[in-house]
Amino acid sequence: MTSAAAPLASGVLRNVSAFFWRRPAALGWVMAAPPVLWLGIFYLGALAALFVSAFWQVDSLTGAIRHEWTLANFQQLADNPVYRKIALRTIAMALVVTLTDVILALPLAYFMVRLAGRRWRAILFMLVLVPLWSSLLARVYAWRLILAHDGVANWAIGLLGFPPGAIGYSYWALWIVFSYLWLPFVILPTAAALERVSPSLLEASADLGGNDWRTFLRVTLPLAAPGLIAGSISSFSLTLGDFVTPMLVGGAGSDFIGNVVYNSVGVANNTPFAAAFATVPLLVTALYLFAARRLSRAEAG
Amino acid sequence: MASPQRIALTIAAMAVLAFLLAPVCIIILYAFSDSNVQMWPIAKFSLRAFIDAWNNREIRRAFLLSVEVAALATAIATPIGLLLAFVLHRFKFPGHSALAFLAVLPIALPGIITGIALNSYFGFSGARLSFATIVIAHATFCIVIVYNNVLARLQRLPRTLTEASMDLGADGFATFRRVTLPMIASAMGAGALLAFALSFDEVIVTTFTAGVQTTLPLWILGAIRLGQQLNQVNVVVLVVIVTTAIPVLWSQKLMGEAGRLHK
Repeated sequence: MTSAAAPLASGVLRNVSAFFWRRPAALGWVMAAPPVLWLGIFYLGALAALFVSAFWQVDSLTGAIRHEWTLANFQQLADNPVYRKIALRTIAMALVVTLTDVILALPLAYFMVRLAGRRWRAILFMLVLVPLWSSLLARVYAWRLILAHDGVANWAIGLLGFPPGAIGYSYWALWIVFSYLWLPFVILPTAAALERVSPSLLEASADLGGNDWRTFLRVTLPLAAPGLIAGSISSFSLTLGDFVTPMLVGGAGSDFIGNVVYNSVGVANNTPFAAAFATVPLLVTALYLFAARRLSRAEAG
Repeated sequence: MASPQRIALTIAAMAVLAFLLAPVCIIILYAFSDSNVQMWPIAKFSLRAFIDAWNNREIRRAFLLSVEVAALATAIATPIGLLLAFVLHRFKFPGHSALAFLAVLPIALPGIITGIALNSYFGFSGARLSFATIVIAHATFCIVIVYNNVLARLQRLPRTLTEASMDLGADGFATFRRVTLPMIASAMGAGALLAFALSFDEVIVTTFTAGVQTTLPLWILGAIRLGQQLNQVNVVVLVVIVTTAIPVLWSQKLMGEAGRLHK
């Protein structure tokens, strides 16, 4: 039975293969079907649901979602100064964190690309990559321990002879932790951007009398700028959408967009309002992407 | 050679590296603390928290759930990501760039948007949040990881190899199985490992797509917020870091030097 089935099966396979060989487009469609269906049904469907529900409203009496088109959620966002304050606070933090990360990423990325030997370089890449992929929660929690009243930070401050500070649960804590969290996401594209700057240009600059620092400021940095800007998109958009960090290391009353969205779904059961507020980081990220593209084009030209 | 500028740069780079690594070292130390109170410096070291965590049934259940979700999400995302990379690499069709864009959106957008989008979608369709909804959500953002890895490899492969195989009489399937697949297997494996790591410790999308189920990250978040069993949280956090670091390091080994800059 098997001996008869084997050549038959391989004959069928050969025919199927020949069919697709003659019609590559058919093969394309067959191969495209699973990813297109999955992303179409689950992801596109979900994004559509998000968009639609932003224009619906929760019935204040029954708590059920009323399927009537309304701009009430957006009206509420625009009219209530609290939400405007939260949105501005989130965006301001995202900008400050992004700037901090770019400043911190540059020396390490430059060291990796230009100064470190092959072996060191490989080790450094690993040391940056592992935190990039490792748990957000674990890394926030580590900082909660460090910045706590009896934590490492206050202990170190005490060693220097200062009274213990209250860094934990403040904007300072959020600034430090956000910058820490997204730093690897900025280091890798920065390193890639620096790597693309041709060493011959640096030598030319040195030959013409530019010292290391001047060469960096006048040659390397402008050439690497598009890559730097691209890398900064992650830290910006990740800060906009996070609720775990403010929840764990933020102080009282330091709500971010993410927290409001989280509470609207989890506590208030008001998904439509959460969906409406979630469009804010979406729009701001799109604006940032647009501005970054314009900026890097201007730099490149 | 060693100009003052280079020395300053080296010091700055090492300081940033220390900033990146110190918190991880702190977590390791705290996991071995004997005390229930989180205090620095740690007075006494022991394995007590490890034993407590091991005996905690909730933790064991959450760990198993996270492994199951990550394994299933990876098993779904790997073939889909592979097919997507092939289709987008080999064929040009209307909607080509739209599909490529859609595939990367789940990780390009803030996690909260993917999370709440799926949450309202499941709400509309009447699907109750369950094990299945977590897996669907995770598989959706894992596809792009496999896709990125495989696509990067496909773009570096010379087309002449598959053409040679065809010329030598192999049909399309044989060529795929004997020539293309072995060449992209390590990229696919690396992508699958990264997908597993990403799913295993994901917390934001999971918050919005889990019902009563508690994955390990959700357990950690809950315990921190309640301020309970914090000595066990230290251990679980360390376990999560190690469980994700192993597949990540392994995947980098698979990808080799060349793949290091591609995420």
